[in-house]
Amino acid sequence: MIPLSWYLGLSAVLFTIGAVGVSIKRNAISIFLCIELMLNAANLTLVAFSGFFGDLSGQLFVFIVMTVAAAEAAVGLAIIISVFRNRESLNVDDLDALKL
Amino acid sequence: MEKALFIVLAVIAVASALNILLQRNPLYSALSFIGTLAALSALYITLRAHFIAAIQIIVYAGAIMVLFVFVIMLLNAPGDQPRVDKQKGLRYLAIPFAGALIAEAFYVIRSVKPISMPALIDGDRGVGSTWSIGTGLFTQYLLPFEVTSVLILMAIVGAMVLAKREND
Repeated sequence: MIPLSWYLGLSAVLFTIGAVGVSIKRNAISIFLCIELMLNAANLTLVAFSGFFGDLSGQLFVFIVMTVAAAEAAVGLAIIISVFRNRESLNVDDLDALKL
Repeated sequence: MEKALFIVLAVIAVASALNILLQRNPLYSALSFIGTLAALSALYITLRAHFIAAIQIIVYAGAIMVLFVFVIMLLNAPGDQPRVDKQKGLRYLAIPFAGALIAEAFYVIRSVKPISMPALIDGDRGVGSTWSIGTGLFTQYLLPFEVTSVLILMAIVGAMVLAKREND
């Protein structure tokens, strides 16, 4: 029987890798992938608690999170396309138009 | 046996997640992320969340990652540039903060009570089956389910408006 803490530990490790990726990556698409990785780590926690407590709500919440992730991917990638069209670059250091 | 399976799947998930960070080309990062998704899907099956495991493969690895790979190939952008060295002093501050974070994580993980999964009672209608998810979504969680469809409609319209060229 796998203990609950193993799932939580794996989820924490994946979330940390995603958070590190968001801060060290320069490419907008890579940053976006790391955000998806963090969403998946949170999903693993929800499914683990749902399985161990026999409560369905966690899995229904994961369903909603996946829908939000799909919507986020569609809108986010559209923003990335439009930024690339205007700036010819995906490097987030170049996107400093709002900087004083 | 189950623990060995968990360790194999966890190693696959963490290794392909680390590979996302190590690759400079976002296309290889995206392909590596599919490995993480597949390992997580197998872990969902060990938690008896069969519907979520199937949806993970169909929606994430199927739909969302195809969208990512499509955009990466459409833009054909250069890979990640090497990072610029600014604020070097913060690097030394990072070590104590990381140490504190790891200590906190260990403290929390150690204090998780060892509970075991409830026995499988209802057979193929238990928690995590397609039957239970469908019943939950269309009775108790009907409103969030309907709001989700509005959200997806907004995402479709938003994506089309954002990706359209401005001059036509």
